Amino acid sequence: MIRVLSMAQTEFRISLRNRWVAVSVAMMAVFSIVLAAAGSAPSGTVGVDRLSVTVASLTSLGVYLVPLVALLMSFDAIAGETERGTLPLLLTYPLSRAEVLVGKLIAHLAVLALAVGAGYGLAALAIWVWDARAVAGLPALWRLTWSSVVLGAVFLGAGYALSALARRPSGAAGLAIGLWLGVIVLWDLGLLAALVADNGGWFTTDVFPVALLANPADAFRLYNLAASEAGAAAAGLAGAANAVPPGAALASLLLWPLAALGLALAAFRKVTP
Amino acid sequence: MLTLSHLTKCFDGATALDDVSMMVAPGERVALLGHNGAGKSTLMKIVLGLIPHDGGTVEVLGARPGSGAARAGVAYLPESAAFHPALSGRETIAHYLRLRGHPAALAGALLDRVGLSDAADRRIGTYSKGMRQRVGLAQALIGRPRLMVLDEPTSGLDPVSRRGFYTILEDLAAEGAAILLSSHALTEVEARTDRMVILAQGRLMAEGSLSALRRAADLPVTVELTAVNGARAAILDAVPGGELLGNRITYRCRQDEKMGLLRRLSAQSESLEDIEMHPPSLEDLYSHFSRGAAR
Ligand SMILES: Nc1ncnc2c1ncn2[C@@H]1O[C@H](COP(=O)(O)OP(=O)(O)OP(=O)(O)O)[C@@H](O)[C@H]1O
Ligand SMILES: [Mg+2]
Repeated sequence: MIRVLSMAQTEFRISLRNRWVAVSVAMMAVFSIVLAAAGSAPSGTVGVDRLSVTVASLTSLGVYLVPLVALLMSFDAIAGETERGTLPLLLTYPLSRAEVLVGKLIAHLAVLALAVGAGYGLAALAIWVWDARAVAGLPALWRLTWSSVVLGAVFLGAGYALSALARRPSGAAGLAIGLWLGVIVLWDLGLLAALVADNGGWFTTDVFPVALLANPADAFRLYNLAASEAGAAAAGLAGAANAVPPGAALASLLLWPLAALGLALAAFRKVTP
Repeated sequence: MLTLSHLTKCFDGATALDDVSMMVAPGERVALLGHNGAGKSTLMKIVLGLIPHDGGTVEVLGARPGSGAARAGVAYLPESAAFHPALSGRETIAHYLRLRGHPAALAGALLDRVGLSDAADRRIGTYSKGMRQRVGLAQALIGRPRLMVLDEPTSGLDPVSRRGFYTILEDLAAEGAAILLSSHALTEVEARTDRMVILAQGRLMAEGSLSALRRAADLPVTVELTAVNGARAAILDAVPGGELLGNRITYRCRQDEKMGLLRRLSAQSESLEDIEMHPPSLEDLYSHFSRGAAR
């Protein structure tokens, strides 16, 4: 345990020195405040507090930014050590490869939690200044915060796996960008295209809900939007996604980090320094 | 401590180690010598369990290489020791101390021991090559290792720190640590280790103390003499077999013929201005055994 914590502490310190903490916190904070400002403009929604509305748009932001930040932090984790030549020495120390990965994961999750907490927290604060009723949206905000960290864990694990597979940081970076594009952007576009072509047929009823659940980013979006009353208004896919129960989305979201870490460990075990 | 028997390792077709058998006993300092690409680093990585081997057996502290028991008692200094440039020397050593279950506060003393106390709180990115090498040494000294595997530990060190380094090794060996180190600096290895192992093209060519290697190689002694003016021909007539080079004549003979040659030469002593004798040097020995691989 001391070994894992030491890995985590060292890795967190490196993130601080590399400005990763500053960059990711700043990025999340800026985007969240912009969304909060947009959400606090007078709108037609009656009866829903503004924080709940903003949570819906923060969810859409999180789907893009959280995986991006997670992949940016993790693609270097193993390939970078290989390239610097620090991996052989580390692996002669009495700690297992799983402990190395878990230590890095704890540090990177802490950075992510800081960034997400700072961003969403600032947004909530800004809205609360305008509208004291916003406290009604706090449970939704809390749900968004922890589920963002879970979503981050999925992409941290995936980033470690790519990092171990690629062996070189440049290759790992390319794979990470590819994964982000594929899972976050192209997956939904493909589903939309298929929905339009299918026009309410077999694909829409049987394949589409499963395809949404299979993607951790979509599961994250579904879970947050389904749980929030303002969801239906804000989400493009939500209408069709009503068929998916939020419990299934939550299960998918919680299983994915384990799967991603399992993959990462399997890939890391194959690395010969 | 360390026993290799019939160790073989191939890298996709190319043989890096071929039937190598050797051992290192507690308290013994063994130097691994060999040309670039001879297989020294490969052997060490196998001992550490970093890469698998194809044939033979390796026993490290009575356990499998890379197993928990082996890792707990083995210290390693990689060929070109690298550390994260954003961390300071103290932070790095503190981390390695905690990984071995020691208090991080010992970092200062370790850095002191390798002469880095002034730079301990600067980032490793600002260190010189020799300073990075010393960080590597400091981490290898953590917690009385029973076996130390040091890959070119003195590369990049200045002469004074080299001497300090071998003094540290002497202390560790006296406490019972087994030490396997590789080096290209023959003279320092000659004076500071107990035994040498010479590898060439992945094969073990020779093993033993310096004097044992000398006897085994039986290399010729060189006798070089300077003749007084005009006496060259007379000397060569009286003692044939010399090679003429300007004013100097060079004889090569086996160890056991040396005294006979000197007696015959001393009969000509009026014609001689100077006489010098060279036993085979360490370099000669080393090239003799390394060349053995080509035959
Ligand atoms: N990962 C690898 N893949 C393929 N071949 C390798 C690999 N590592 C080492 N080799 C080969 O194995 C042989 C031995 O290499 P090794 O690094 O052990 O040499 P060395 O004795 O340490 O040399 P040096 O004195 O230059 O450090 C070389 O021919 C090298 O090309
Ligand atoms: Mg080498």
